[in-house]
Amino acid sequence: MTLSQQIISIHSGKKSVTAGEFVESSVDLVLANDITAPLAIEEFLKSGSKKVFDPRRIVLVPDHFTPCKDIRSAEMVKVLRDFSARFGVRFYELGKVGIEHALLPEEGLTRPCDLIVGADSHTCTYGAVGAFSTGMGSTDIASAMITGKVWMKVPSAIRFNYHGKRNRYVGGKDLILYTIGKTGVDGASYMSMEFCGEVISNLPMDDRFTICNMAIEAGAKNGIIGADDITENYMRTVAPEAVSCNLEAAGDSDYWKVVDIDVSGIEPQVAAPHLPSNSGDARKYSGVRIDQAVIGSCTNGRISDLRRAASILNGQTVHPGVRCIVIPATPRIYRQAVKEGLIEVFMSAGCIISPPTCGPCLGGHMGVLAKGETAIATTNRNFIGRMGHVESYVYLSGPEVAAASAVRGRICHPEEIS
Amino acid sequence: METRGKAWKFGYHVNTDDIIAAKYLNTTDEKELSSHCMETFNADFHKKVMKGDMIVAGENFGCGSSREHAPLSIKGCGISAVIAKSFARIFLRNSINIGLPVIELKEAENIKQGDVLEIDFENGTVLNVTGGRKYSFKRYPEFLQEIIQSGGLMKWVAQKKATK
Repeated sequence: MTLSQQIISIHSGKKSVTAGEFVESSVDLVLANDITAPLAIEEFLKSGSKKVFDPRRIVLVPDHFTPCKDIRSAEMVKVLRDFSARFGVRFYELGKVGIEHALLPEEGLTRPCDLIVGADSHTCTYGAVGAFSTGMGSTDIASAMITGKVWMKVPSAIRFNYHGKRNRYVGGKDLILYTIGKTGVDGASYMSMEFCGEVISNLPMDDRFTICNMAIEAGAKNGIIGADDITENYMRTVAPEAVSCNLEAAGDSDYWKVVDIDVSGIEPQVAAPHLPSNSGDARKYSGVRIDQAVIGSCTNGRISDLRRAASILNGQTVHPGVRCIVIPATPRIYRQAVKEGLIEVFMSAGCIISPPTCGPCLGGHMGVLAKGETAIATTNRNFIGRMGHVESYVYLSGPEVAAASAVRGRICHPEEIS
Repeated sequence: METRGKAWKFGYHVNTDDIIAAKYLNTTDEKELSSHCMETFNADFHKKVMKGDMIVAGENFGCGSSREHAPLSIKGCGISAVIAKSFARIFLRNSINIGLPVIELKEAENIKQGDVLEIDFENGTVLNVTGGRKYSFKRYPEFLQEIIQSGGLMKWVAQKKATK
């Protein structure tokens, strides 16, 4: 069995499962946000249910339109707040709330071998701690809140084996953009993407989160990296009481396909509009003029992302034609960035710092694009109109490329700055 | 069950931002959501479609964000079914869960904008009345049929609870 199948079988009370089989699995954590929870709560209340299966295992994170951008968003967050007060489920208030997929791992709520479902497509992020974690819709979440279970079709998997030496400025974002460029946006549809190899074994947690976060952009059900020493060290800091879990090593024959990727030829990547799979060497796009740079999101808003951006922006000035928005993903990351002097670096360079929010990534608020404008963003989607006007353009990259491009006023390889 | 309507054609990799942009997600009202359905490609789509019409698209329909508002907005327009070469998995789950019929049809690209279609769900066929062709589609596995026949996921859960 693949790692994902082993976790599913544990949660389905079965010795083994096979790809294509339908199972009912118990869940360890159920998540929804300010956009998806109101629909789930409506369905929950309509069903007449008097209680949730386990209030400690349900988390509501208002992160998309918060701090509330308008009256109706405020009404939606109120639905979450009231539901939490009535049923005792976890709710993160402003001041404590951060972008869900950075916040929950930091809170120690996502653990190796857990089975996690969330009404947000980027729920696949938690595969980085060795969990089976997948995005669903609001009705699925309503049902899971009542029963503590979800139905699933057991996925087959593609194993991605990364080897070679990473070039300078190449991080998790570049590896996953390159990979999606190879697979296409539906190349892993309904499957697990399991990431391994010497490059992954040496990759820090923040890069692992970035990689698993974007598995959905290849159509995958989940992305996962088997828990190892790096995971255990991380878990000791966020959830010392968490027990370790051991899965059996999976062999290549357990996989539908094994893809070997030599990273030594990979340069910092940029994905051009309007698909995350339109990726290539950042140099290929140098010359594309930008109006805005966004550094943040559930993909790249963690502390090491901010450190990387700051390493480029230190002593530099943002181009006069560019708005550079930096969004620490959680209050804890924000505070750490203050302590380390990163916020000082950003502000000296002429960036503006936003409170933790998904905000501009989905064209919500805090940096929406006008007609004809172009942004480079460390976010995860460059779909038509994703960040604002239908005739606006989003290029995806890692933090160094976004920071360097903010300085030049056009997309560029970070080597141009340092 | 049978349904008849006109085909509205869209391309491949139609994502849920295309179906309903995030700026409209500050409500859960089906009717209001439907007034912005498919706006990226076709302004006032909801006014142009007639009750019973169908969306016909290529591969990977509904990819991207998990927003259930996407199938809800389609349902709110009066669309009777979505026919595509393939569907992204969260969109497929959401549609089955809320009772929006979704049909995987490999010949979807042979259907043209405006063709009149008749879907026979019992027998698993799509008749292109305009083009004079009949296509068969694979019915969903038994487990999903059970949810569909219950009238969606919440009803299926309630039924299961009642029989326990």
